[in-house]
Amino acid sequence: MTQERPSPEIEELHAYVDGQLGPEAQRRVAERLARESRSREQVEAYAAIRDDLKALYDPVASEPIPPRLLARRQRRPWLQPLGALAASLALLLAGGFIGMHLQGSRFTPLAGTPSVVREAAMAYAVYTPEVRHPVEVPGEQEQHLVSWLTKRMGVQLRVPQLASLGFHLVGGRLLSSDDGPGALLMYEDGQGRRVILYACHNEEKDRNSAFRFAQEEGISVFHWLEGPLSYALAGEVDRAALLTIAEAVYQQISV
Amino acid sequence: MTMAHSIDGELLAAEIPRLRRYARALTRNGQAADDLVQDCLERAWSKGHQWEAGTDLCAWLFTVMHNLYVNGLRRRQPQTDPIGHAEFADPRTQSQEASMQVRDLEQALGRLPPEQREVLLLVCLEEMSYEQVASVTGVPIGTVMSRLHRARERMRRFMSGEQSPTGGPVIRRVK
Repeated sequence: MTQERPSPEIEELHAYVDGQLGPEAQRRVAERLARESRSREQVEAYAAIRDDLKALYDPVASEPIPPRLLARRQRRPWLQPLGALAASLALLLAGGFIGMHLQGSRFTPLAGTPSVVREAAMAYAVYTPEVRHPVEVPGEQEQHLVSWLTKRMGVQLRVPQLASLGFHLVGGRLLSSDDGPGALLMYEDGQGRRVILYACHNEEKDRNSAFRFAQEEGISVFHWLEGPLSYALAGEVDRAALLTIAEAVYQQISV
Repeated sequence: MTMAHSIDGELLAAEIPRLRRYARALTRNGQAADDLVQDCLERAWSKGHQWEAGTDLCAWLFTVMHNLYVNGLRRRQPQTDPIGHAEFADPRTQSQEASMQVRDLEQALGRLPPEQREVLLLVCLEEMSYEQVASVTGVPIGTVMSRLHRARERMRRFMSGEQSPTGGPVIRRVK
């Protein structure tokens, strides 16, 4: 390989950006940057690239781990804890993510909260800030989305139309819940406000319930049981507005 | 916990999120990235005895992944670059400008030679020390510095619209 090594002065700039200098060298470079505008621009550009890369790819580390990466445990029973760990890890990461985004507020464990509320609030906190990949299947492919999620959930799913309330379908994704697969539908209004409808299997099969309201760290959640599924609608909108949406959803999916 | 000197499922699982992040950035394709992670995990299970318990498992896994990635590149001709997220429409219509910038970044990353991309990501995303990067990629530290510098200069020029990152010889001007 005929790659020329950069000069020590240049290498120092990289090490400065990457925090790999000792305190004295760090100070020396900082003084140099104060004098040399070109080096300063270089350092700023390098730091910006790093920040952009982190912003783009860090969220991948908080995504749920695809089951196929944990598939090995089936063949080797002594690896059973792997799945549990991965699940708790995913929850931990998601929890950390919520914590980061709701900084300053007291983050109390959601003990005693129905799992559907917890999962919906987490899914909301994790996926709605996503710009590029909030969903796996975009709303334009609604037919495909419905048939895919229906197949994976094993229950006929309906996608409520909320256009009359100003919300259009962004799309959906498959999640893993405490009780197997979970389906997420994301909606967005003209101002970019998002709400999610989350559905997972109803532990108490075919028991219906009234709307219940829960609020966790600014995320409002309406949840209810309807036949085979448990639903939760989550968003950072006020209770009355969310209730209006929840009613529209309820009317359309309960047949 | 299992025996100290065999690779441990829990330890391994804890590294998956980082491996996925790195693989995603490296390949810029969700499917290809998880294939790479899966291969890496398979290799880790079968070669687990090569890992010395107590040493840095993460660094070892990144080394395994590096080797798989490089082997994959050798096998695959021509290179399957840079098909990635840009192929799929962004379902969100808002913040066009922000997503343009993201697209630029992914494009610039995709056009880096793989060995420069690796070094850039290990340093920026994984925050590894230059020594660790040298050990993971199996090259002397001078080569790491050279790749890092070239990668950053290409990215910088591409992002500022000066020049396509595939274009011509790099760095001269900084000397």
